[in-house]
Amino acid sequence: MTQTTITPDGRQIGDVLMDLRNITLRFGGVTAIKDISFDIREGEIRAIIGPNGAGKSSMLNVISGFYVPQEGEIWFKGYRRGPMKPYEVARLGIARTFQNIALFDGMSVLDNIMTGRLNMMKAPIWSQALWWGRAEREEVENREQVEKIIDFLEIQNIRKTPVGRLPYGLKKRVELARALAAEPKILLLDEPMAGMNVEEKEDMCRFILDVNDEFGTTIALIEHDMGVVMDLSDRVVVMDYGRKIGDGTPDEVRNNPEVISAYLGVAHE
Amino acid sequence: MFYREAGDFKTSYRDDGQTFPIKLDRWGYYAILAVAFLVVPLVIDSYWANAVLVPFLIYAIAALGLNILTGYAGQVSLGTGGFMAVGAYAVYKLMVAFPGVPIVVHIILAGAITAVVGMLFGLPSLRIKGFYLAVATLAAQFFLVWLFNKVPWFYNYSASGQINAPERTILGWAVTGPATSASAKYLICLCFAVGLAWMARNLTRGSVGRKWMAIRDMDIAAEIIGVNPLTAKLSAFAVSSFFVGIAGALLFSVYLGAAEASEAFGINKSFLVLFMIIIGGLGSIFGSFAGAAFLVLLPVLLKNVLVAQFGWPTDLAAHIELMIVGALIVFFLIVEPHGLARLWALTKEKLRLWPFPH
Repeated sequence: MTQTTITPDGRQIGDVLMDLRNITLRFGGVTAIKDISFDIREGEIRAIIGPNGAGKSSMLNVISGFYVPQEGEIWFKGYRRGPMKPYEVARLGIARTFQNIALFDGMSVLDNIMTGRLNMMKAPIWSQALWWGRAEREEVENREQVEKIIDFLEIQNIRKTPVGRLPYGLKKRVELARALAAEPKILLLDEPMAGMNVEEKEDMCRFILDVNDEFGTTIALIEHDMGVVMDLSDRVVVMDYGRKIGDGTPDEVRNNPEVISAYLGVAHE
Repeated sequence: MFYREAGDFKTSYRDDGQTFPIKLDRWGYYAILAVAFLVVPLVIDSYWANAVLVPFLIYAIAALGLNILTGYAGQVSLGTGGFMAVGAYAVYKLMVAFPGVPIVVHIILAGAITAVVGMLFGLPSLRIKGFYLAVATLAAQFFLVWLFNKVPWFYNYSASGQINAPERTILGWAVTGPATSASAKYLICLCFAVGLAWMARNLTRGSVGRKWMAIRDMDIAAEIIGVNPLTAKLSAFAVSSFFVGIAGALLFSVYLGAAEASEAFGINKSFLVLFMIIIGGLGSIFGSFAGAAFLVLLPVLLKNVLVAQFGWPTDLAAHIELMIVGALIVFFLIVEPHGLARLWALTKEKLRLWPFPH
């Protein structure tokens, strides 16, 4: 059953790539996520929005394997995914960025992005120790791929700079580059525009759209800037207090009374 | 002749990734190697070998090993002395049990045995970090030394409890035992130091090194990009212990000739090597050598100046020397916490602009 839809701007959206069914996540007595189901389809940009504390980041952590939900199933590419460690999830092709930048400060930009390709580098340790044969070949091959991403995100001039010296906006971009270097099927972005000025936000939006367009990467993002979310995303999930209160295209969500009341409050009689 | 990369174009990623991207650096490095291999062995005497160069090279190997673990992978270890003891006792048992096998093979095997022991004591690192891990490795230090003292099998039931290195030769040259010449001692240590430094450099610039540094800088982010913390940490412990084991094997068989576990491989050794990498620079190959040079050469230099130049009594000089070394360590930590390697890197950055800094 292949479903393909074409968006108004001409991108193709394919089958369901990831399906989350009845996910419930509890921390002791607190229920962070309560019986939430939604799917992410191939090639789309899916946004998760909601007020603070709604459980958005927990949801992302469930997808990337940090938290194992007490109930519910995660289906990826048509298979049910058992409980997995984050590094195993990464190997399935799910990459993410963090709300607070999580780069490796002691390494250069280039090395940081190269770490995104660690799963493609499988040379045995003796080959690496002697820098001979497979290790050297892999290094050059992966460097070529990384350079493409560096070109794509326009960070050529800082490739040898230690990450710790970069300004905030560029760090965010390097983090995106590292996630992209892994050639993910799904890219999870946790507030990619938090703390940016308008110009940086515009750049970031452009990059997200370009990534989706050129690499065909499926993107799931959390964002607070409603303008950005409504413009970028194909479908939006709205969460509040761990429940799902809305799901649909930006227009549907915008007119959903429950969503409006969650964001603006309900008028008292 | 200016020190800079202008005009030194790289046309492939392979060239861009090399260890010494600047031509002048590369030539300087080859020149130092040439002098070390061709000139020094001809002129070295036993004072220079025993007091300066051989200990410098051996401690440089140990510092490289600890730097891989602490500087690159971020796992603090106070068990260096214990792991050196494993290398020493392993090489001793191997030398005695298989006299026909070349000594180089024994030394490398001793490193491999230490790697296994190191991995075993690295297991706690999966659950604990920082100071707590340091305490766990401290347990390794005390346990291993105690083991080598208490179990007579390790020192072949000798009456003194010491181990003594029998004479072994490479191509007819004695490299262990009392008849060893200064240049033979120096050359075997130099070969190991250069080879291991080259391997350490290769490991740290490749994918294993990136895994280690990723774990060091932010373990959660490392896991999210697909680094298995178990294999990354244990491989760091294994490689580090391999280096430290070889250093211990060389220290016993080539340098000391006879050793007793608690004396030669006590907690002092662990701290000495840790100071070396802190002063030299964490996460730097050059720093390991710089730190070893600083802590091996400085006491010798001070002794020569204080006793030979000023004519002070030896015991007074020894005390003053301790104070000066300690003060210098504190001074360095305050002025440049990233060590000598950072000072060197800053100098190089300035040199690239010199003489027109604007």
